[in-house]
Amino acid sequence: MKKPYSEYLLSNGFKVLLKEIHSAPLVSSWVWYRVGSRDETTGHTGISHWCEHMQFKGTPQFPSSILDRAVSRDGGMWNAFTYFDWTTYFETMPSDKIDLGLRIEADRMVNSLFEEKEVASERTVIISEREGNENEPAFLLGEAVQNAAFRVHPYHHEVVGDLSDLKSMSRDDLYAHYRNFYTPNNAVMSLAGDFKTNEMLARIRELFEQIPARPTPPRIFRPEPAACGEHRLTVEGPGETTYLDISYHASAAKDPDFFPFTVLDSLLAGPSSLNMFGGGGISNKTSRLYRALVEKELAVSVSGGLTASADPFLYSVVITVNPKRKPDEVLAAFDAEIKHIQEQDTPVAEITRAIKQARAMFAYGLENITNQAFWLGHAEMFAAYDWFLGYLERLATVTPADLQKVARQYLRPQNRVVGMYIPNGMEVQA
Amino acid sequence: MKTINQHSLPGSDDIFRRALPNGITLLVRTNFNSPSVFIGGYLPCGSLFDSDEKLGLAEFTASALLRGSEKRNFQQIFNELESVGANLSFSAGGHTVGFSGRCLSEDLPLLLDLLADALLHPVFPREQVERLRAQFLTGLAIRAQDTAEMASLTFDQIVFAGHPYARPDDGWPETIQAITREDLENFHHLHYGPHGLVLAIVGAVEPEILASQVASVLGEWSNLSQPELPALPELKLLKKRITRKIKIPGKSQADIVIGSSGPHRKDPEFMPASLGNSVLGQFGMAGRIGEVVREKSGLAYYASSSLSAGIGPGAWDVSAGVNPANIQKVRDLIGGEITRFVEKGVTVEELADSQSNFIGRLPLSLESNAGVVGALLNIERFDLGLDYYRRYPELVRSVTPDEVLAAARQFLHPDRLAVAIAGS
Repeated sequence: MKKPYSEYLLSNGFKVLLKEIHSAPLVSSWVWYRVGSRDETTGHTGISHWCEHMQFKGTPQFPSSILDRAVSRDGGMWNAFTYFDWTTYFETMPSDKIDLGLRIEADRMVNSLFEEKEVASERTVIISEREGNENEPAFLLGEAVQNAAFRVHPYHHEVVGDLSDLKSMSRDDLYAHYRNFYTPNNAVMSLAGDFKTNEMLARIRELFEQIPARPTPPRIFRPEPAACGEHRLTVEGPGETTYLDISYHASAAKDPDFFPFTVLDSLLAGPSSLNMFGGGGISNKTSRLYRALVEKELAVSVSGGLTASADPFLYSVVITVNPKRKPDEVLAAFDAEIKHIQEQDTPVAEITRAIKQARAMFAYGLENITNQAFWLGHAEMFAAYDWFLGYLERLATVTPADLQKVARQYLRPQNRVVGMYIPNGMEVQA
Repeated sequence: MKTINQHSLPGSDDIFRRALPNGITLLVRTNFNSPSVFIGGYLPCGSLFDSDEKLGLAEFTASALLRGSEKRNFQQIFNELESVGANLSFSAGGHTVGFSGRCLSEDLPLLLDLLADALLHPVFPREQVERLRAQFLTGLAIRAQDTAEMASLTFDQIVFAGHPYARPDDGWPETIQAITREDLENFHHLHYGPHGLVLAIVGAVEPEILASQVASVLGEWSNLSQPELPALPELKLLKKRITRKIKIPGKSQADIVIGSSGPHRKDPEFMPASLGNSVLGQFGMAGRIGEVVREKSGLAYYASSSLSAGIGPGAWDVSAGVNPANIQKVRDLIGGEITRFVEKGVTVEELADSQSNFIGRLPLSLESNAGVVGALLNIERFDLGLDYYRRYPELVRSVTPDEVLAAARQFLHPDRLAVAIAGS
């Protein structure tokens, strides 16, 4: 079968993925860099995210105010995200206007200014972003759990970085990071939408192929040693609501275990949407944990999350505890469900149901050009686009035995961190 | 200024509109490019009907519709929905209860059946009502800790003092506690009915076939007791600046909301105000507000303005999340921008930028089935006409800087603003 997209490698190592979709007069264009919080060392946490902010602060050709106005004037949407494994920039624009997006990305791959005064102003903006996150109990708890789960691997710290580093990093640190990692050979471009592949490729070559390749630093290779016992921690803070975050070391997205793990998550906590844009999820009221915890009035909500990451990250279940119950009661009921899925065969019908749910959510995501271009590039950051194209097929091959194996291998107490958010003044259960 | 292909936008030649004899309006637009269907709609039984003592009743009732019916219990309802990856939910606003759902095209008959079952035959099982109550109360406890939500809620209390819009649709802990299962049943019995119900469906569907499916599940529904929504009292405008602070200990960031009431959606001032709002705090990186608060001063991660307009008076405000030490500085900056906005208005160039943005972003906002459903409901709710989105570029282009200035001066008065702050 003909591949539903085209793939090219430019002479400078810049990889380009193009997918024509003519359902709406739109094009979404993304440039992905293989740099994220995992590439940061102590003292420089948050530098990738800060660099991402600085990419909106202008080049000699496109001063900062010009950039925003130009994209908005054409009715476009643009933004950027930094994650553990990657940093990405996108523009979704009417098809006849996308050239502006291409020109901006080619320009800021090399020409961003990182002016001292802009660095100073953005420092306080990012500190404010972190302070906003700290207002949320879920952030405080998630950060503590992540810190405890990764002692060695650089997935240890949050993308936004630690306050002390945000206060101390200099303009030169930021600029060096930019120059080190923003190279065509360390990037992937993905476009989906209403264009002709040969014309689009010619234009991309014209803009990007002249940017010389440069060596980039090797990724930090510090695999997390196997956990050898359960960690428990508490975070205390304002409010009246208790939360539990139970996080297990999980598999990387490329690992064959990731697919049974996805089905396992779907059965336990409800299906997670793959759609970053416009997809929407579905409810999880018939999932096993909802029935065991919310229907039994131990909790008021439960959700699960498995991250598609390059290295093994975490499978996290976050529970909002019913105010009339104690967190330890909730944890005991949670553990009983885990034990059940480890010991009892899962009916095939339950797996078939999870596949249908995934198929529906996959279909919802197809409506959105931005989402399509997102996946075209995102999958390259931890595997390849074929990972996404084969996703439903791979899920369909999962057997009850696969599910049980993954549940037994990963969902062990020795492999997890249990975090509790306890409101100030409330008694902590032993 | 750019041109767009008019025929990619919904219009009278591709929107199917049918009024059912029992008062239901059905709107359909076909999209055979998509393997899925999105549905959305509303009916006139929102929180305007709530008493102060039982505020949150409309929301509680709407949320309980899917908790059990004469035909299905809670687990059966969600088993049918979730087994096919479909979604359905209800939520109350002031005037209406809204609903939305999506499914693969093959499952639309099931989704319509569940929608009708929830609307016509809910039974409000006692156990489910109590479970829902616990969830509401936890939600309200979380709201009380949320600086952005509390600033926004406090802002509404100042701007809409003496008006039902001052009340939060989800109520207060004591009003949620006061609501009984029988209240839900009575509220449903009295207020839910086909009169004024609007249903919009977009996806791979044949309108005529769909219309008969809708008629078969909802066509026989009647409720002769359905009352008209209570008339809104006149809004009393602020006579001076009013500032209110809500203390929420232990928070790293405070939220601030500054503004006043705004136009109704159907007012002629709406479009000039909307374009003016774009210049003030939306366009590019949040317009002038983003420029002075974030870009130049580095005082906030988010700072922008918003104009929300509906059936009654809307709100026009500027909000920001800031370090508590910077509250005064940010207030001054925002106040300065509002003053400049009402004194000098917008330049021809600024207005042209926002006009171009409003027109250029139409294809993006209408690319998905959900986006088109939103557009169809907007057309119906505010009586905009089926060709509204085709006329829209012209409506946007015709606004002048003088009209923007007049709208700004009509609604925003720097010496009579509401200021709400929540945080440590």
